[in-house]
Amino acid sequence: MKQELIKGNIAIAQSAFDAGCDSYFGYPITPQTEIGEYLSRIMPKNNRAYVCCESEIASINMCIGAAASGGHPMTSSASCAIALMQEGLSYACAQELPIVIASVMRAGPGLGNIYPSQADYNQAVKGGGNGDYHIIVLAPSNVQECINFTHKAFYLAQKYRNPVFILADGLLGQMMEPASFIEHPYEKIDNSSWVLTGAKGRSSKFIRSLSEKEAQHNEHVYKLFEKYKKIEENEVMYDENFTDDADLIVVSFGSLSRNVKAAVKEARRQGLKVGSFTPKTLYPFPTQRLRELSRRTKKFIVAEMNMGQMINDVIVATRCEDVRHIGRPAGNWLDIDEIIGEIKTTLGDVYAASI
Amino acid sequence: MQQVFKIPDSLKKNTEYTFCPGCGHGVAVRLLCQAIDDFNLRENAICMVGVGCTAFLYHFLDIDALECPHGRATAEGTGVKRINPDKFVFTYQGDGDYAAIGMTESMYAGIRGENLTTICVNNTNYGMTGGQMGPTTLIGQVTTTTPYGRDEKLNGYPVKIAEQVAQYKGTAFSARVSLDSVPNIIKAQAAIKKACEVQIKKLGYGFVEILSPCPTNWKMTPEQANEHIRENMMKEYPLGVFKDVTGEMK
Repeated sequence: MKQELIKGNIAIAQSAFDAGCDSYFGYPITPQTEIGEYLSRIMPKNNRAYVCCESEIASINMCIGAAASGGHPMTSSASCAIALMQEGLSYACAQELPIVIASVMRAGPGLGNIYPSQADYNQAVKGGGNGDYHIIVLAPSNVQECINFTHKAFYLAQKYRNPVFILADGLLGQMMEPASFIEHPYEKIDNSSWVLTGAKGRSSKFIRSLSEKEAQHNEHVYKLFEKYKKIEENEVMYDENFTDDADLIVVSFGSLSRNVKAAVKEARRQGLKVGSFTPKTLYPFPTQRLRELSRRTKKFIVAEMNMGQMINDVIVATRCEDVRHIGRPAGNWLDIDEIIGEIKTTLGDVYAASI
Repeated sequence: MQQVFKIPDSLKKNTEYTFCPGCGHGVAVRLLCQAIDDFNLRENAICMVGVGCTAFLYHFLDIDALECPHGRATAEGTGVKRINPDKFVFTYQGDGDYAAIGMTESMYAGIRGENLTTICVNNTNYGMTGGQMGPTTLIGQVTTTTPYGRDEKLNGYPVKIAEQVAQYKGTAFSARVSLDSVPNIIKAQAAIKKACEVQIKKLGYGFVEILSPCPTNWKMTPEQANEHIRENMMKEYPLGVFKDVTGEMK
């Protein structure tokens, strides 16, 4: 397939268009602004909706309106501005609306910094809105995955009637590398049973999150969690290398996983029994697979560009006592030597203990 | 025999209405549904429901409806309308929903000239939560959060919504009407129809603010509440058409 040099943000924007995104609502924020700029050039020209919103609160609520009335909306943003969308995201989950949100992480808390970071793992995976809910979170590691996962995000959103995050980071958003655009590989989902179209030839219907009675509310949330169970059973994605005989597995996600894989490969070359594990879906998290791996492997390092967020999910999955974290809040990615250094320190303990 | 009055088709039959006795919402909803019937819009309409006393609107209207977070109805309406430009999309909101928590989204519906219609019921308090101070609470008005009366030094000044909406170039129609008397209800009906008509003709944003009695939270009888609208509310909130790009209503 023909490859071209593509920037991560542009990969997401063009792929959203190719996946059938019919409406984009957004507000500028570094490091993802190219997504909105790019789509502003092609959406109106192709008779698709594009609104320069007054805020991210407006963006997510316009997405809700579009999704409820049969659209395939997307918004994109970053960190402190994704924070503004949390109310709408909780509503969108409660009302079961298909919305794609590209979140290109920068440093936080607060205004933080425009340097790339992975400090919004909890924001995306655990959520900041009220109530019991889950958002599907896809974490690309390279520009080709930005393309593939954007197509997948539109499909999963419609399939499960649920918001889907594409959780990238500033490094991936701003980086150019060879990749290929693809045709949308998924079937179209029929949404005619639930979308609002005007009550032509039928009685009216409504989409809401409010329940007047306790039992009604519980029934609704149980129904949501039956759906989440299906998502957890069917949609987990991960990538693993050298895990079969590993004494130590390094877990990482997103663009940092590339340095981790390179470090693990080099450690193997030096004779160290180490593997790498990369969740591609952060929700649903590959809990089962990590648990299986933890039957043999007793030591894990979680490498992430934050102060320790995904590590909590790895601890729950592996139930291992020795799960270590390496990371820092933002800026320069952990390099291969730093990761190998941590691998050696940790494995040193293993070998010392076995003597 | 000729039938001269009936329940609008757009209203659900055999449903429970949850508005308090003497509340203006029931009249406002009926006028809106009459306008929707008159333009034959029921099967093409999508309603954005606000939060507050308006929140159960989808139980009363036989019209497709989306429940919106507090204040976000015009943003959600924008999302619906931009991909369904031929649907009739309207928001039904209270003064707190529209002009406090949702002020930004509300303003931008007019600023962008969205082809939407908004009915904003102004009863000078947050009714659903039991009568707290809202953006349109009158100076001196006692509410549960202004127990000594609204003091402008502490709470600022009432918002004149219809005048503000009229300022936006994208607004096609903005008026303030009242439900205190039959002649004013007839005028309210005409204004609501005009706010619908400008959307149908794709002229821009159509807006009607309705002064509406809230006897429960004002601690008045329905009659006293209507008198209060005439004596006190209309002094702060004069009735009238503040903008009409069709030039047909004064």
